[in-house]
Amino acid sequence: MSDIVVSARSVSKIFGNGPEQVRALDDVSVDICQNEFFTMLGPSGCGKTTLLRLIGGFEQATSGDILLEGQVLNDLPPYKRPINTVFQSYALFPHLTVRQNITFGLEMKGMPRREANGRADEMLDLVQLAPYGDRMPSQLSGGQQQRIALARALAPAPRVLLLDEPLSALDLKLRKEMQIELKRLQTETGITFVFVTHDQEEALAMSDRIAVMQAGKILQIGSPRDIYESPTHRFVADFIGESNFLHGEVRQTDGGAAVLTLAGGREIALAAMPVSGPRDNVTISIRPERLALYARNDQKDGLTGTIRDIVYFGTDTTYHIDLGPSGTDARLTVRVQNREGEGREFERGAQVGVTVPVDAIRVLAD
Amino acid sequence: MGNLIRSKRFWLIAPAVLYIGFFMAVPLGQMAYVSILERGDYGAVNWGVFSFDAYASFLFERDLMDNLMFNTDYLQIFARSFGLSAMTMVFALVLGFPTAFYISMQPQARRNFLIFLVTIPFWTNILVRNYAWMLLLRNGGLIDNGLAWLGYESGGLDILYTPYAVSIGLTYTYLPFMVLPIYASLEKLDHRLIEAAFDLGADKWRAMTRVILPLAAPGIAAGCILVFIPCLGAYVTPELLGGGKFMMIANLIGSQFGAARNWPFGAALGFVLLAFVLLSMMIYAMKFKSLPEEKL
Ligand SMILES: Nc1ncnc2c1ncn2[C@@H]1O[C@H](COP(=O)(O)OP(=O)(O)O)[C@@H](O)[C@H]1O
Ligand SMILES: [Mg+2]
Repeated sequence: MSDIVVSARSVSKIFGNGPEQVRALDDVSVDICQNEFFTMLGPSGCGKTTLLRLIGGFEQATSGDILLEGQVLNDLPPYKRPINTVFQSYALFPHLTVRQNITFGLEMKGMPRREANGRADEMLDLVQLAPYGDRMPSQLSGGQQQRIALARALAPAPRVLLLDEPLSALDLKLRKEMQIELKRLQTETGITFVFVTHDQEEALAMSDRIAVMQAGKILQIGSPRDIYESPTHRFVADFIGESNFLHGEVRQTDGGAAVLTLAGGREIALAAMPVSGPRDNVTISIRPERLALYARNDQKDGLTGTIRDIVYFGTDTTYHIDLGPSGTDARLTVRVQNREGEGREFERGAQVGVTVPVDAIRVLAD
Repeated sequence: MGNLIRSKRFWLIAPAVLYIGFFMAVPLGQMAYVSILERGDYGAVNWGVFSFDAYASFLFERDLMDNLMFNTDYLQIFARSFGLSAMTMVFALVLGFPTAFYISMQPQARRNFLIFLVTIPFWTNILVRNYAWMLLLRNGGLIDNGLAWLGYESGGLDILYTPYAVSIGLTYTYLPFMVLPIYASLEKLDHRLIEAAFDLGADKWRAMTRVILPLAAPGIAAGCILVFIPCLGAYVTPELLGGGKFMMIANLIGSQFGAARNWPFGAALGFVLLAFVLLSMMIYAMKFKSLPEEKL
């Protein structure tokens, strides 16, 4: 990647004191690059907003540093940072017209009124609301207010744009439109976007890189593909998409290959020995669509089980498989694409074998 | 109409309507009537004898030759009252806005307590409060002594029985009427708007002037009216702290019904004052009717 624009170095943030104190961020470090669409993804309360507010200057870190282009920002008030925010609630000024809202930040930078109005019109064009300059914000729909909030924040050409769940108040259809729109704006303006969401689909669809957060920590940073296909933590695998988890012990065979032995004694071959070496308690994750079913006809090695449930989704079908003899221990979910004239139908209660491609297995860190 | 009388709502509001109708409209009507009657020789009025002398005498007096002469005495008292009320309003605003702003920035529990403190002066009798101010402001009083202790000449304060003393007393009395509506509008104000202003590069001063003040404007205007109008009608404070030397409208009206025995003129003065007040209310209503409510 290119130059780093924003960094957090070992940032912690503690709210309150004494017994009521909350550790909203716990030793978070992250580098965000030039022109990047960077997303912080995590469930509600994991500290996404707090990290965004620290970058914006609305909160002070308890420890650690926030850097902008290599310079420590810690004590710089928000109005001196070349960073703008699209607030979750839009926070448009209700006493100003749409155009005045957009020129606000420009006037604060000392741009003459005439020039600022010209720039506002450009921004209105950019968000496709050119005819709405003279309206009051209260006369706009939620989606339109959203665009104006974007135009207002983009107008001063900030180094970084922060967006705190900007789409969460919109209905599904509008949200999909705005996802595309946001991505377009980011590409057209070349401004670094730091986007916060709890919606994994949204994150996958728009981001160049995603940081998955949980309980004040960043668990994994990577491209959407990395995050989805190679989750490092159970939480990540679970939060983003669906996953199967299997527990067992990792041993080295005589031949030198690594093998995971499940509780029932069944074995699954691993591509390589995990860096941590042979261990007793290991969890692996496998995406349901990477598994395949075949009719079980003999007692060959590999995973076998009974189909407990079949759910038909149109584009694909999901099979829930009990691995144990009586559904006591492990279960697997297998998703099979429904392609015409292909594959075999399986009945409920049927005995099946499950194919596990060796490259579909991810050994998790915890 | 029949529906209305049979409806429950009509009977619910009927007592209030009757009460207001009787206790407000009737005395007001009576005074309007008195103001257009001829004054009686020994006070009261000559019932049934109409005359607009009372209104005329606000601006004109008859000289010995029975010519109408322009007379600014009463206009001056009105002007002084308006000036003093305006001064008080400005004092109250200058003191009240920061107070309200400070309170609105506190945590919720603390806010309620502070607002409760603001209302404490309401608990004591207005006479007691004004006498207390006399003790504070007179030469040789607490403030004067304090100044003397700081090295100023004793007895140099000389503020009691001046318009300033009246304005100080009025400011004290009506300050809560300024603080409360401003606080109400500031408390409603979405703090994220202030953050948005900071975010867009406004420093504290510009966040105040460009966002907070405009959004608090209805509260400020309400506070100003709530201070200004009762000040115009202030009676006790000018009497005590002004020592009767600085007559305000209410003192003038009082004297017309008392010593001067000119009821029609007293009533007419009341209506002239009412006209001014209604005018300022109309200006307020026109200015703030169109302000968009905060909605998001
Ligand atoms: N001003 C605050 N005072 C106390 N606790 C706070 C404050 N802001 C956030 N928190 C706490 O910090 C944690 C993280 O909050 P937040 O960053 O808003 O999460 P998210 O945006 O991921 O939902 C939560 O437990 C929240 O209750
Ligand atoms: Mg949040």
